[in-house]
Amino acid sequence: MQTRKKYIFLTFLASWLLLFFFGGDQLRRFAFFSGRKAEARRSWPRWTDRSLLKSFAEPEELQRDGDPSLLSPRERRVAWLSGSRGSRCRMETCFDLSRCERHGFKVFTYPQERGQPVSETYSKILSSIERSRYHTLKPEEACLFILSIDTLDRDHLSGHYVRDVGEKIRGFPLWNGGRNHLIFNLYSGTWPGYTGDLGFDSGQAMLAKASFDTSSFRPGFDISIPLFPREHPQRGGDGGWLRHDSLPPKKKYLLVFKGKRYLTGIGSGTRNALHHIHNGKDIISLTTCKHGKDWEKHKDTRCDKDNVDYERFDYQELLHNSTFCIVPRGRRLGSFRFLEALQAACIPVLLSDGWELPFAEAIDWGKAAVVGSERLLLQIPSALRCIPPERVLAFQQQTQFLWDAYFSSVDKIVHTTLEIIKDRLSPHRSRSRFLWNALPGGLLVLPDFSTHLGDFPFYHLRLGYSPSEKFTAFIRAASQAGSLSQPILRLIQAVSGSQHCAKIVVLWSCEKPPPPSWKWPQSSVPLSVIQGRRGLSDRFFPFGAIQTDAVLSLDEDTNLSTSEVDFAFSVWRSFPERIVGFPTRSHFWDPEQGRWGCTSKWTNELSMVLTAAAFYHRYYHSLFTEYLPAGLRELVDGLAACEDILMNVLVAAVTKLPPIKVTQRKQHKEGVAQQAGCGDGAAGTPQPGQRSPRRFSQRQDCLNQLADWFGYMPLVSSQLRLDPVLFKDQVSVLRKRYPSLERP
Amino acid sequence: MCASAKYNTRGPALIPRMKTKHRIYYITLFSIVLLGLIATGMFQFWPHSIESSSDWTVEKRSVHDVPVVKLPADSPIPERGDLSCRMHTCFDVYRCGFNPKNKIKVYIYSLKKYVDEYGTLVSNTISREYNELLTAISDSEFYTDDVNRACLFVPSIDVLNQNALRIKETAQALAQLSRWDRGTNHLLFNMLPGGPPDYNTALDVPRDRALLAGGGFSTWTYRQGYDVSIPVYSPLSGEVDLPERGPGPRRYFILSSQMALHPEYRLELEALQAENGDSVLVLDKCTNLSDGVPAVRKRCYKNQVFDYPQVLQESTFCVVLRGARLGQAVLSDVLQAGCVPVIIADSYILPFSEVLDWKRASVVIPEEKMPEMYSILQSIPQRQIEEMQRQARWFWEAYFRSMKAIALATLQIINDRIYPYAAISYEEWNDPPAVKWSSVSNPLFLPLIPPQSQGFTAVVLTYDRVESLFRVITEVSKVPSLSKLLVVWNNQNKNPPEDSLWPKIRVPLKVVRTAENKLSNRFFPYDEIETEAVLAIDDDIIMLTSDELQFGYEVWREFPDRLVGYPGRLHLWDHEMNKWKYESEWTNEVSMVLTGAAFYHKVTPRKKFKCPECTAIDGLSLDQTHMVERSECINKFASVFGTMPLKVVEHRADPVLYKDDFPEKLKSFPNIGSL
Repeated sequence: MQTRKKYIFLTFLASWLLLFFFGGDQLRRFAFFSGRKAEARRSWPRWTDRSLLKSFAEPEELQRDGDPSLLSPRERRVAWLSGSRGSRCRMETCFDLSRCERHGFKVFTYPQERGQPVSETYSKILSSIERSRYHTLKPEEACLFILSIDTLDRDHLSGHYVRDVGEKIRGFPLWNGGRNHLIFNLYSGTWPGYTGDLGFDSGQAMLAKASFDTSSFRPGFDISIPLFPREHPQRGGDGGWLRHDSLPPKKKYLLVFKGKRYLTGIGSGTRNALHHIHNGKDIISLTTCKHGKDWEKHKDTRCDKDNVDYERFDYQELLHNSTFCIVPRGRRLGSFRFLEALQAACIPVLLSDGWELPFAEAIDWGKAAVVGSERLLLQIPSALRCIPPERVLAFQQQTQFLWDAYFSSVDKIVHTTLEIIKDRLSPHRSRSRFLWNALPGGLLVLPDFSTHLGDFPFYHLRLGYSPSEKFTAFIRAASQAGSLSQPILRLIQAVSGSQHCAKIVVLWSCEKPPPPSWKWPQSSVPLSVIQGRRGLSDRFFPFGAIQTDAVLSLDEDTNLSTSEVDFAFSVWRSFPERIVGFPTRSHFWDPEQGRWGCTSKWTNELSMVLTAAAFYHRYYHSLFTEYLPAGLRELVDGLAACEDILMNVLVAAVTKLPPIKVTQRKQHKEGVAQQAGCGDGAAGTPQPGQRSPRRFSQRQDCLNQLADWFGYMPLVSSQLRLDPVLFKDQVSVLRKRYPSLERP
Repeated sequence: MCASAKYNTRGPALIPRMKTKHRIYYITLFSIVLLGLIATGMFQFWPHSIESSSDWTVEKRSVHDVPVVKLPADSPIPERGDLSCRMHTCFDVYRCGFNPKNKIKVYIYSLKKYVDEYGTLVSNTISREYNELLTAISDSEFYTDDVNRACLFVPSIDVLNQNALRIKETAQALAQLSRWDRGTNHLLFNMLPGGPPDYNTALDVPRDRALLAGGGFSTWTYRQGYDVSIPVYSPLSGEVDLPERGPGPRRYFILSSQMALHPEYRLELEALQAENGDSVLVLDKCTNLSDGVPAVRKRCYKNQVFDYPQVLQESTFCVVLRGARLGQAVLSDVLQAGCVPVIIADSYILPFSEVLDWKRASVVIPEEKMPEMYSILQSIPQRQIEEMQRQARWFWEAYFRSMKAIALATLQIINDRIYPYAAISYEEWNDPPAVKWSSVSNPLFLPLIPPQSQGFTAVVLTYDRVESLFRVITEVSKVPSLSKLLVVWNNQNKNPPEDSLWPKIRVPLKVVRTAENKLSNRFFPYDEIETEAVLAIDDDIIMLTSDELQFGYEVWREFPDRLVGYPGRLHLWDHEMNKWKYESEWTNEVSMVLTGAAFYHKVTPRKKFKCPECTAIDGLSLDQTHMVERSECINKFASVFGTMPLKVVEHRADPVLYKDDFPEKLKSFPNIGSL
């Protein structure tokens, strides 16, 4: 009995084992062929002797790195300089840096030759360069040369094509094989290949070219610029179309395209496929074959139906109402569509393989556009649907920032080009990629001021800095008395009473010399006097004496108390990029005269804070002096009370935000500060025939001339004033931090 | 797997207990079974043994046991690298496909030993670093063992160091890989390219269309957007532990530690040293070291001996000059030491330059400007130097410290090109953790003042105080910019009043019922909210005038990224209790506004956080327990965010002419502030 049991048990065991090991293995193998699901993941082996493996290079070999004495670095550089053909050009081989050393980065434009046709667009480019602060009239000072010959359109079938460019430029004595030259081009090549060929030998000149192909682009040397239309504004330019952030950031359509369909030739691969993703609901992709002279000859079965659909939608309407816009290649790689989409906050979906994106050396396009692949057109819809809404929102805002910072006018495009080149000349004093891609943009951030981001007013929140806890009081003394008046003594006392005051600097702009140091009031804060030289605008000169982030700009007759200063400073530390101050003005559009006006009357709005009593960041002194062209500063020097309008306009142009007014103690007599602005203290709406019409009209002129120079009116209005938290609340005065602000 | 072994261990235990007469029978039976087992096993496994053993899962083997592949002398050689290759011309994206995770799949060829016709080895089998790199890829999310699903192929042929290679044979070995196909979608890793006399800046092995992750590219050999520039790994990273040093001034200002410098460079450095004295230290190899001291770990200046790489920590700036090659391992040591590299190597493509912002961590100086180095470096503000030191160390930790870091960064860069809409952002690549924590990334960063015309939606949270609710509705409806009113009915046990009972107002009124009574329901992004601005108001806030609400909306328009509200509250650091404290008496500072009545942007409350203390409190009163609970809540948030995100301000917004001596009629918002 027992044996039989054991026998059965053992047989059972044996067959079970057999089935398990062989059958199981068979099953596993079967699974291997059908789906591999049951297979364990095979990873890279953990070698038993892995710790015995030799290093890829002996430490000695790494540190010695070959035989260094083979080629002298100097010889190598000389060989580079002499032996570089155009197509292999780099800054270190084809650009003569020594030309830029003595006079800095100066740009010379060749004088216009008579009888030389220049297109509207090219003359805009030239005038942008002439408006730039780098322009020089002396070729011997120049670091960079720009031709006067119009090289924008190099399609020899085009009406703007200029013949014999090669011969002409070789005749220029300054040409020098193209070295240190920059050549602008928007269209190159022609039907059918549309190659990047310019039709002349550009030698060692840099190219600033639209529709640049990555394969012919010389990295770090050429610059890819966007294609822009003839009517692109010279300066200023329209803002973006995004007026408010909506959430979820969805619009009526997800993705739109409306444009030509190429049936043959270069670019047809993508253009001929776009209609496939049209779904008639949230994806609208409309194409037409109705273009060119003989479209009917090539037309296919889709054409007639497509042409009907095509007419049903308006391009502008689609731009406005879509979250994403397809920006495919045309015959060339770039298209007008790109800038149009950017302005419309319609996130560009780029289908243009091999396009070196505009200013890609500086701009991080991954933050503002979807760089798709022409080959993966059909994946685009599902990929876009997967982008989370917060990313879409960030994309939309970035398109607007980039449009406004670098593309909205010819000036901006040209100046961006110049700044990128300037940055290459001294890599240690150049803008980091972060700087180019964060508000307010690279053009408004001068690396010559500082290379440290914390020294600028814009990045505190983003990088977790806080502005310095001290300020410098900067008093402009211009009274003709030559001695110290009562108001200035009172002012120095009030300001030096603030624990945040690091220093008082007096700008002595009187003809008489400043009083000797013992006549100045003694206080705990150091006081220094600077002799003013220049005109009115020199109060915004970046004086070395100002070392703190915050500047408290004052006029000698300003009447302020220590509490007012302290409170205003605490507000400024929350808004270091804005002007924070006391007396204000506001601007308005005068429809009758068709010009801007400004008023000092007490109104419910404000758009300017007078610099007679205001906190702002020290950087604005540099921006005012370095960034604005000399012509504008001369204008300001010639007009009365224009300099603080210019400062306000400049800060508003940078921040796109209004200044901030803070609580000012009631004064029985409105100080002289009131009159230093635009319009006299009592002047309401401007009417001709006021007490000082000349002075008044000068102020109006100032505002209008500035608006003209900027190309738009940068000032922004605000309806609020910032008061201490318990201001005029019915709480005991003893509990308030700034009780003296409320005393009558 | 180990069937026979298992069987044997059980067998002997049973046998002794059986009767002797059956014993032989059983033994025979077992032997037959055993033999059958072995025979079948052999039959099953034998024919596949070479292939399956090399492909098999985690296995304990030596690298010397890998299969040998003989390369005939006439086996094909790939074309030389194609300089015009770009992702859209040479890379087959169709292999990668669309996948919800947006991750490329990487396959690693199994390890083989390559010999030429005469049986001589083509190269060393695999280096320690390459093995680490492949292990890292294999352990990563990118890895696949299925060659058919792979998007990127990594050969196990080690080409990290060109010096150790036989160029032609290595190329032949590449060409015979099963999926080679002209090198399409193949990725090679190389750190030491070129060889004497001209030291090419890219790997000389003909590789056709293969992508190259190379450690010494120049602008001429680097195919932008196709190749990846990687660091030259320094094995010292793993051996030496250099603890991070706090920022601040160091003993030397400029230090040069490289041993094999061209005499011309050395002369220029020595000139700098002569000019600027002790702040510049130019080290060289040691000539009179005693035996047994590794020369690579020592540096000398005159008779002084310094430990390398520790000496790098003694300097603010460290010179990284090109040698015969552009890429130098010393860069890694310098970054590890938190010394700011001064890179002097014209035309060099810095490691991972496609994504890393080197201007934040290094100073690049053209070779011609070497004599000006001292003044250039002097002009850098001290605060910036400190940041660069921190940034340099962070780059090392994140992208240089191990072969794993290098491998994963390389794959991520390629991944970002293939799935650009899911790419890692500049901030994620470049911001060190300290910045990531302290910075505020505002989702509404564009300065926009939204048009007034859109108006705002008022969201009233109510439980059952119907009478008071109706008063609030009536009051709020008077505000000119109100465009919609949403009542969140938070009472599950009671139905809201009938339609006819609600006050008649000029804007649409909607009632939403909630599933659960939670105070945080107020912040739910209801579909009914169509405006950007939302006014959250409690059903008992009846003291706010229409002017005050309208002005609140105007203030919100100027600060759309902020919470704009009325009753101010403050958080304070309690030194005794060592935590954040919550205070609500009349104070001079504000860091929060209560949402009893507050405007905010629809985007603002999207961050979801849970704090049990803050929800489910009904009938709030300002008693002591409430204050304690509130304080705990603040501490909880602070720990969730990793930092105290609240900012204290001393100001509040009032209309421009608030309480000014001015005719009330002419003020936009006369009816404000009367309590």
